[in-house]
Amino acid sequence: MALLEVAGISKSFDETAVLHDVSFTAGRGEIVCLLGPSGCGKTTLLRIVAGLEEADEGEVRFEGRDLAGVPVHQRGFGFMFQEYALFPHRNVFDNVAFGLRMAGMARAEIETRVGEMLALVGLAGYETRRVHELSGGQQQRVALARSLAPGPALLMLDEPLGSLDRALREELMTELRRILNTLGLTAIYVTHDQQEAFAIADRVLVMNAGRIEQAGTPVAVYSRPATPFVARFLGMHNLIEGRMLAAGEPGVVETAVGTLHCERCAPAGSPEALVTVLLRPDAAHPLSLHGDTELENIVTGTLRDLSFRGSQVRIEVETGTGIMLRFELPARQAAALPGKGKPVALSIDPAGVDVLTAPDSQN
Amino acid sequence: MTFDRRLARLGRGALYSLPLLFLALFYFYPLGSILWASFAPGGRLDLSGLAEMLSRAYLGRVFWFTVWQAVASTGLTLLLGMPAAYVFARYEFPGKRILRALTTIPFVMPTVVIGVAFTSLLGPRGVVNAWLMGGLGLEQPPVDLLYTIWIILLAHAFYNAAVVVRIVGGFWSSLDPRLTEAAAVLGASRWRRLREVTLPLLLPSVVAASLLVFLFCFTSFGVILILGGPRFATLEVEIYRQTVNFFNLPLAASLSLLQLLFTFVVMAVYTRVQARASMPLNLQGAARTARRPATGWEWLAVGGVNSLLAIVLLAPLVALAVRSVTLGDGPPSLRYYAALTENRTQDVFFVPPLEAIRNSLLFALVAVVLALSLGLIAAYMLAAPGRGQKSGQSRAARWLDPVFLLPLGTSAVTLAFGYIIALDEPPLNLRRSPLLIPLAYTLIALPFVVRSILPALRSLNPRLRESAAVMGASPGRVVCEIDLPIIGRALLVAAVFAFTIALGEFGATLLLYQPDFPTMSVIIYRALGQPGLLNYGQALAMSTLLMLICGASLLLIERFRIGDVGEF
Repeated sequence: MALLEVAGISKSFDETAVLHDVSFTAGRGEIVCLLGPSGCGKTTLLRIVAGLEEADEGEVRFEGRDLAGVPVHQRGFGFMFQEYALFPHRNVFDNVAFGLRMAGMARAEIETRVGEMLALVGLAGYETRRVHELSGGQQQRVALARSLAPGPALLMLDEPLGSLDRALREELMTELRRILNTLGLTAIYVTHDQQEAFAIADRVLVMNAGRIEQAGTPVAVYSRPATPFVARFLGMHNLIEGRMLAAGEPGVVETAVGTLHCERCAPAGSPEALVTVLLRPDAAHPLSLHGDTELENIVTGTLRDLSFRGSQVRIEVETGTGIMLRFELPARQAAALPGKGKPVALSIDPAGVDVLTAPDSQN
Repeated sequence: MTFDRRLARLGRGALYSLPLLFLALFYFYPLGSILWASFAPGGRLDLSGLAEMLSRAYLGRVFWFTVWQAVASTGLTLLLGMPAAYVFARYEFPGKRILRALTTIPFVMPTVVIGVAFTSLLGPRGVVNAWLMGGLGLEQPPVDLLYTIWIILLAHAFYNAAVVVRIVGGFWSSLDPRLTEAAAVLGASRWRRLREVTLPLLLPSVVAASLLVFLFCFTSFGVILILGGPRFATLEVEIYRQTVNFFNLPLAASLSLLQLLFTFVVMAVYTRVQARASMPLNLQGAARTARRPATGWEWLAVGGVNSLLAIVLLAPLVALAVRSVTLGDGPPSLRYYAALTENRTQDVFFVPPLEAIRNSLLFALVAVVLALSLGLIAAYMLAAPGRGQKSGQSRAARWLDPVFLLPLGTSAVTLAFGYIIALDEPPLNLRRSPLLIPLAYTLIALPFVVRSILPALRSLNPRLRESAAVMGASPGRVVCEIDLPIIGRALLVAAVFAFTIALGEFGATLLLYQPDFPTMSVIIYRALGQPGLLNYGQALAMSTLLMLICGASLLLIERFRIGDVGEF
């Protein structure tokens, strides 16, 4: 049995629905990540689990017990807020000790525990500092120590790295994962950053407009985006309409940029079915135009843009049918590319062609 | 440095010295004269005024009353204001904007108007008694609160509840609600969240608001004089009586000194608390922190608190307007308004009340022009970055900032008393000049004007000026094209504030007015002091007119104020 079961949650604010019939579970020791753009309802979902918000419908069960009517302060969960919400009138020690005092722990025990927690997050010796004297990264650590101190049965983190700069975020991401794994905590982690989600989560739930679009391990979600939304959210923009010519693995699909073979067309079902075809950004290799043009899986067009990104080169190719495709090539292949505005031919790896059954709502 | 630039600096220096010169002449000099008069009347050291003050048990009782009524008023004000502050800060509900606008009423309503309004609500001839007598068929008015401590406390609460709602509510609404949520998740019950998180964070703002309310009540004049009658006297009222009724200037000077010392101490504590209250709190925009009430209980609480606030704020004003046309027997009519134009006494010295309206408006306009000019210069001086600094206040400005706040903490009666003893001999003999009153108004309005303009000036991004200059605007053009449009609204709000302050000023006016130039508040007070229904009716009519003028000004402010401009 899952530790946490969230079933059929719906919620509206002022007539605007923000969650539609959302269900998910989290097993003991599992880190589940709610990933989605801002406004997709992920924070609201988290607040409902914490008891900070009441759902209109559905239930939250913890260890099999329905939490309806259990007030926030009696749930025994931890919650790390975006921008931390540290108590500005208390120093570091008092912030971390707050939950322990609420639990009625003895003074001596509190001191030991706070010491342990600060050591865990690498802030030993910071007890008497005022909160506003700390840097963003240090505040983040204090907030983590504060939410961990009472030993919560479930930890919720709402964009815990959201207000830090990129470099610090990388560093703390690794450390956060180390701490969560060390403690074997069950955690729900909300973020809009896919890299953060992939780095930390055991399982990712991609949310869109109040619904869970796809759930799975980071590898599964990244390698098989289930819907055009998920693909786009993960940075894959080459989505074109297609019609199945032959279903199966491999299969053949007809698109506006040409007829393409795909390795994984299984879910596409019957021939003639209308589908959305995803060309993964790393699927293309430049071809010499004077070479063998009888090869299969070739897309031709005009090179519109080329930008150098270190180990990669990003190119934009406009096909004869007016579709703009974006690819990333290893930098060493750039030599084979013609100049901007010149015709270009790309061979597409069948393993990089995905077929999504869901229609693309954005086109 | 070129000659031109040196000249420009000299000119700026001369301009900047104007507001300081004004403060020196019309603030420090009169107050210094009080000091002189209390310790050395007649040139020799003479402590008889001080000795008299300390030896008369009656004056001890006056001081004691002044303090305890101020404490009691502050308590009642908090009782009324805190729930409203909470509801305003945390809930979004229909009519919130209107209610918020209502809380501005006390800032612009003259004490005389409020005094008369409370008599028309709760006095023997007030609306409440008229209803009760009519409804129960009584001969005598059953509720007579006039000349009791209760009506004084109520009027003070009316005046100051808005201070609490604005200061505490404003602070509360910018407190991040996630702080209490964090406490809740960590296991704190509703009560412990209030005690351990919300109250400690609010405390500085509550203390600041309480000190301000205490100060206002401590120096209360018009409310005590009109609603308290001869039985009650605060220090302020006693200074007035000693000056006007007994002409005991040394004693009045000693009392003024006592009051000055006391208010300065409170002001000093207030500024300290305000500085402490600016702890970095990661304050939030108010829109993010307020939400609609969710449960029936919450709606009930919000509705109840707001109705109470609206009743307290509106009832006296409505009663005043209603009573001004329904007083006496017969159908509602405008007869008391008509009477304002008649000379019933056939007195050659009679000044028709309508002329008083003209005087009031004239004085107020002069004060607005003076206060705005001086205040604008002062605000520019305070906002200017120090030499060699890119931004932030110069050291001089940091030091001068509280100086421009001083008149706020000084009682008007004390100030007027200082004018009487200081400005009555050459080279500056203004005792008989009608200019004395607008000068006093200017001084009283100056802190409000500076406080209204300063935030707008400080918010002016220097980049805007720089980019205008880069695009070819001369310094003069920069002021016209960038500064004025941006601070224009703040200027307008400041002007309206100054106007209503001048229009409603009572304490200083009563001491300084010339018999041939009475103002509206003087006429109202005189009419109140005379027996008969007609006089009372005229006081009601005149007060209603004054209320309408101030109400119109209030609408202007609410239309044009940006954010919390003009708050303290």
